Amino acid sequence: MSAVEARRAGAEKLIVVPYSRVSPAAVATNMILILLGSFFLLPMLWMVFASVDSNPDWAIKLPTPTLANFTDVLGRADAISSFRSSLILAGTTTVVTTVLAVLAAYPLSRMHIPFKRAFMLAILFASGLPVSMLIVPVYQMYVYFGWLDSLYTTALFLAASSLPFAIWLMKNFIDAVPAELEQAAAIDGASTARILRELVLPLTLPGIAVTAIYTFINAWGAFIIPFVLTYSPDNQPGPVEIYNFMGSHGLFKFGDLAVFSLLFSVPVIVLYLFMSRYFSGAFNFGGAVK
Amino acid sequence: MAVAAGLGPRLDRERFQWSSLAMLAPALALLGVLFIFPVLYSGYLGFTDLALVGSRSRDYQFTGLDNVTRMLSDYVFIKSSWLTIIFVVGSAIVGQTVLGMALAILLRNALVSVRAVIGSIVIVAWVLPEITVALVWYAFSQAGGTLSILLGHTDTNFLVAVPMLIVSLANLWRNVAFSMLVFSAGLRNLPTEVLEAAEVEGASAWRRYRMVVLPLLKPTIVTNLLLVTILNLSEFTLIYAMTQGGPGIETMTLPLYVYQEAFVFHQLGYGTAISLVLVLIGALFSLLFVRASRSQV
Repeated sequence: MSAVEARRAGAEKLIVVPYSRVSPAAVATNMILILLGSFFLLPMLWMVFASVDSNPDWAIKLPTPTLANFTDVLGRADAISSFRSSLILAGTTTVVTTVLAVLAAYPLSRMHIPFKRAFMLAILFASGLPVSMLIVPVYQMYVYFGWLDSLYTTALFLAASSLPFAIWLMKNFIDAVPAELEQAAAIDGASTARILRELVLPLTLPGIAVTAIYTFINAWGAFIIPFVLTYSPDNQPGPVEIYNFMGSHGLFKFGDLAVFSLLFSVPVIVLYLFMSRYFSGAFNFGGAVK
Repeated sequence: MAVAAGLGPRLDRERFQWSSLAMLAPALALLGVLFIFPVLYSGYLGFTDLALVGSRSRDYQFTGLDNVTRMLSDYVFIKSSWLTIIFVVGSAIVGQTVLGMALAILLRNALVSVRAVIGSIVIVAWVLPEITVALVWYAFSQAGGTLSILLGHTDTNFLVAVPMLIVSLANLWRNVAFSMLVFSAGLRNLPTEVLEAAEVEGASAWRRYRMVVLPLLKPTIVTNLLLVTILNLSEFTLIYAMTQGGPGIETMTLPLYVYQEAFVFHQLGYGTAISLVLVLIGALFSLLFVRASRSQV
């Protein structure tokens, strides 16, 4: 070995290989994650593959590609009508919940209200109550008032059940906006309505978007409430329709079922991606329970 | 100060404004009619013999503690309560918390590309509508489904063989992202100096996590346990769509039993009484966690 070569070998040793790339712990970390990831990926991959497979079954397998399942589903009147029902149900719920939550959250955040703390605790407690506790008395009421089997009255109950959490979420968003601007506007003589419209709404728009999208995603997937409160086939939203299809073996093909639930899942995934841009700070409730 | 008196109300003290009531009113009205009233009403219905059809649907009456004594001798109710506790403790409290924490720590130390891909997959599982999760797990666990092939028992329907385990796994699969996100945020907010100090002192990774990270994360862990317990106690859709409580009553947790008693067997009064037990269990768990968090801080 010449002196030059020896020096070059020494220099190569000096090039620091990043520690984390080669340590056995780092390799193990990434391997475990990939294993865990496949546990999460496999069940949903079945849906994707089956949706474009001309002969799917329960097991995941490479598809014989076809678009027939998609044209099948898009040609079914019951599938289309359940999308329409879901849109009406989730849309109405979202509008009602968001408007009422913004209106209620503003005074709860900014104004002096007696027993405010007790009220917020009650709101938090209410958002933890199970729907199965409310569904029986609400069903009784809906029978009494003749409200059964309407998407709009069903949306009203969905809105009532999602309102406590929406108010709580919205109040936190308004709390995060400094109050000085509003105080200045109030001193200059602006009315509460004007302050709300021209200052609070634009400043809390990301918070309103998160509240609305969160409510929509939940209402879009809601099952037991429309399952109990509606009965005519035209009023069945997506989740109830998928449940009915799952029960009718043979009447609905695997491929069609996969396509239907895939199409039904796409809107909420898109909305979540949109929301997550605003959402990064929302999980910092380390000290929320005291 | 006679001049000031003519200028309107004092501004140096916060006071109640009627406009705040006007803004609260719509929300209070909706909550009053479709939330608070039903809650109070169910507190009454739970002690009646109200039925969905027949004479008891009109002429129902207050029956005192009849529903409670009926529960105590109701084999299905007792089994159902156990199943609920197994489901919440196994799938939510232990499963979701441990796997969520493990994922959060592993993702933090993973390659950027692995973190992005695996993190997204776990979150998509959480965002999917519950009914879709029920469907893909139904397919996954059928005889001839992916799970049976992986385990080499292609003629076993795992949803019949080990139903409670499968619905618990499906629920864990769906909800773990929530705990993962909570713990990721908690880990991000830890003071880095403490961790660096421990590393400089030569503490092993395991020791650093056990002695430094875990105690610092305690408030996050308690919050996570509280939320996860309350959310999972009332789980209905996933289990019902996969099994309807079966086979037999092997997956009949309390929310499903409420539904069955009220809307299948038409026993609205008894069904409501069971839902009150569910609320009681939730309150008990919450109290436990809040006390645990206070005792050691």
